[in-house]
Amino acid sequence: MLATLNAPISENSLQVVYEYPESLSPVVTHYCPGCTHGIAHRLLAEALDELGLREKTILVAPVGCSVFAYQYFETDGCEAAHGRAPAMATGLKRVQPDKIVVTYQGDGDLVSIGAAEILHAAARGENITTIFVNNAIYGMTGGQMAPTTLPGQKTTSSPFGRNTTMTGSPIRMSELLANLDGPAYIVRRSLHDVKNIRKAKKAIITALKVQMAGLGFSMVELLSSCPTNWGIQPEKALEWIEDNMVPYFPLGDYKVRDEVNGL
Amino acid sequence: MHQSFLLAGFGGQGVMFAGQLLAYAAMDEGLEVTWIPSYGPEMRGGTAHCYVVISDKKIGSPIVNNPDVVLAFNNPSFTKYEYLVATGGLLASNASLITQQSQRADITHLPVPATDIADEIGNLRLMNVIMLGAVVTAHGVLPLNSIKRALEGHLPAHRRDMLADNYTALERGAAFTSELFPVK
Amino acid sequence: MAKELLKGNVAIAEAALRAGLEAYFGYPITPQTELLEHLSRRMIQLNRVFLQAESEVASINMVYGAASAGVRTMTSSSSPGISLMQEGFSYIAASDVPCVVVDIMRGGPGLGNIQPSQGDYFQVTRSAGHGDYHPIVLAPASVQEAIDFTVLAFDLADKYRHLVMVAADGQIGQMMEPAELPPMRPIRAERPEWALTGAKDREKNIITSLFMQPEEEEAFNQQIQARLKVIKKNEQRWYEYLTEDADLLVIGFGTAGRIAYSAVEAAREKGLKVGLLRPQTLWPFPEDRLSELADQIRGCLVVEMNAGQMIDDVRLAVSGQVPVSFYGRMGGMIPMPDDILTAIEETLTRLYSAAGLPI
Repeated sequence: MLATLNAPISENSLQVVYEYPESLSPVVTHYCPGCTHGIAHRLLAEALDELGLREKTILVAPVGCSVFAYQYFETDGCEAAHGRAPAMATGLKRVQPDKIVVTYQGDGDLVSIGAAEILHAAARGENITTIFVNNAIYGMTGGQMAPTTLPGQKTTSSPFGRNTTMTGSPIRMSELLANLDGPAYIVRRSLHDVKNIRKAKKAIITALKVQMAGLGFSMVELLSSCPTNWGIQPEKALEWIEDNMVPYFPLGDYKVRDEVNGL
Repeated sequence: MHQSFLLAGFGGQGVMFAGQLLAYAAMDEGLEVTWIPSYGPEMRGGTAHCYVVISDKKIGSPIVNNPDVVLAFNNPSFTKYEYLVATGGLLASNASLITQQSQRADITHLPVPATDIADEIGNLRLMNVIMLGAVVTAHGVLPLNSIKRALEGHLPAHRRDMLADNYTALERGAAFTSELFPVK
Repeated sequence: MAKELLKGNVAIAEAALRAGLEAYFGYPITPQTELLEHLSRRMIQLNRVFLQAESEVASINMVYGAASAGVRTMTSSSSPGISLMQEGFSYIAASDVPCVVVDIMRGGPGLGNIQPSQGDYFQVTRSAGHGDYHPIVLAPASVQEAIDFTVLAFDLADKYRHLVMVAADGQIGQMMEPAELPPMRPIRAERPEWALTGAKDREKNIITSLFMQPEEEEAFNQQIQARLKVIKKNEQRWYEYLTEDADLLVIGFGTAGRIAYSAVEAAREKGLKVGLLRPQTLWPFPEDRLSELADQIRGCLVVEMNAGQMIDDVRLAVSGQVPVSFYGRMGGMIPMPDDILTAIEETLTRLYSAAGLPI
């Protein structure tokens, strides 16, 4: 180890093992410390690079913390109305089926206000890819209850903890959409540790391949952290995902059509 | 010349199509024309009606308070529209279904046993065309031949085999009127 | 091309297709459904995009997506559906993407009914959802105008990168008249340089309505306002009849306007000095011409199929120079020529007696 450190550094011995993805724009992040949106962005950018899709991709950003998602990607992009990203993506994709159209949506956007749009895009087997970031809370508006907020979880609009008698129980969207015939690929992954992050990236690559092959709707749900609005330290937030979210939102493959395995 | 027609009957009696035949015929004669239906739930089962306005000038309103000609295919239509016919106008009724006589002295009433005639031809659906033949002959604004050409041009594809029967219906209707009002 | 007997809804659909419509998204609602049905067949036959959306909310956002890709796209609906689309209109307005929306108005408020109405005048002319904006609004009064204005709508949308609405009512949608369709135009081969087509060999394109800095948002709004000013100057359209010597000017758009035409003819037969102004653009309202006419008339009679909405624009245009009276029907009731004639006679009587003139 010491010997290696003391050895003279020559040009030839340098290897690039890690670099900024071409599909990721060199901008300063606006996300909070410890937020996993940054990881999700990077995984999507790496996947686009590895599949050579940057020049044909159109990213549809949601309303929520990732409202500026289009600023982070070196692809064409747009900003949909709250919840309507799958509808806007449908318009974009139908008129140019040769392009890759990706929606990036949070839990408020996708599960609450945009429930109809995602459900019908999935049911139609719309050939788009959705990255669904589930952090069990409304981030941008300052920590209100989301449709994925866990029972008993305190938020600024459920100050006594989510009461499921009054507000219903969290919606498991991957399971729900997997019941439809339209989707080709629906999986849930988590961003709480390195092993799971690697699995998440593999899933994003598969989802994009599903779209490239024209197999239909694909979605990767990513369990994510929101230290700021959960009111806990970033490291603890990752543990909170594992301890609280994963049991309620089990990781796994909910819909993998046979053709997907051949990709 | 500016003439307004109101055609009314049960949904399924061919009210709309008879009105369209008038409209096509007027267009082919180089006249201005509008056709407007009642629409919505009443199309199914209830009383349906349409207005046709024919003019040699630009047409403003496609509907009128007092039509010059009313074709009543069923009882409710007769009851509802008899009093609306413009003074000096024509009220044609399907006498097979409508036994009432018009009480109005200021209009011409033309009762046509159209469903009976249709039955004689062998197809009850021809009632509307029989009524049209009778009215066009009594009214005189459009030649009977223009309706014939409209039938030829616009009878839906799946009813083409009924073209000859439609011609017969048109002529039977016309003949009924001619017997009633012999040419002076 | 020869004249055909065409239903308004079908004529609009076919005209849009011939104007180069590449993608249609819509949701069934009476009295515009024939429009959607016609395109469901024709667009597929021509290998273009037709999609029945899950709601009007989805329709307009699909249009937003297709418009962002730089193709000619449209949706159509009727009043309650147009209410649902307001959100999408606002985003489209703030993104400078061109598209066409057809509103075949029906009775309201609420679910109302399916009969013809002009109750959407405020809804279509005042803004596009929230924010400061006006769509260009074309108001046909016949099947032929419905065709011509649909084609014009696409051209204006592209010219100004603007939202253009064709606002008709159930009567125009449902009636048949002889009309001539335009020749089939080819689909546009090129996409505009701002379109989202993939950032290949160019900088990335972004379409957004989000401007977090108020300075930036204000500057963007100033751009919109500057464009609206140009549109207001260039695009005022109207139809005028027997106005030269008119003491009373009847003003109505769409169906109310064409029924008023019959009433004006009947009034002239009685020797009454009455003319007609029928706005063909509701925004921009033909205020310049109306302002000129206000110098030579004694009064206006506004006829609408609502409680009086366009009358606000008439009052603004005549700016107190002459009295403005109103005759309207609501809830899907259609004014009859005889009723408008009575209103004309009453209005003229008032105007003449106020001026001390013999009636």
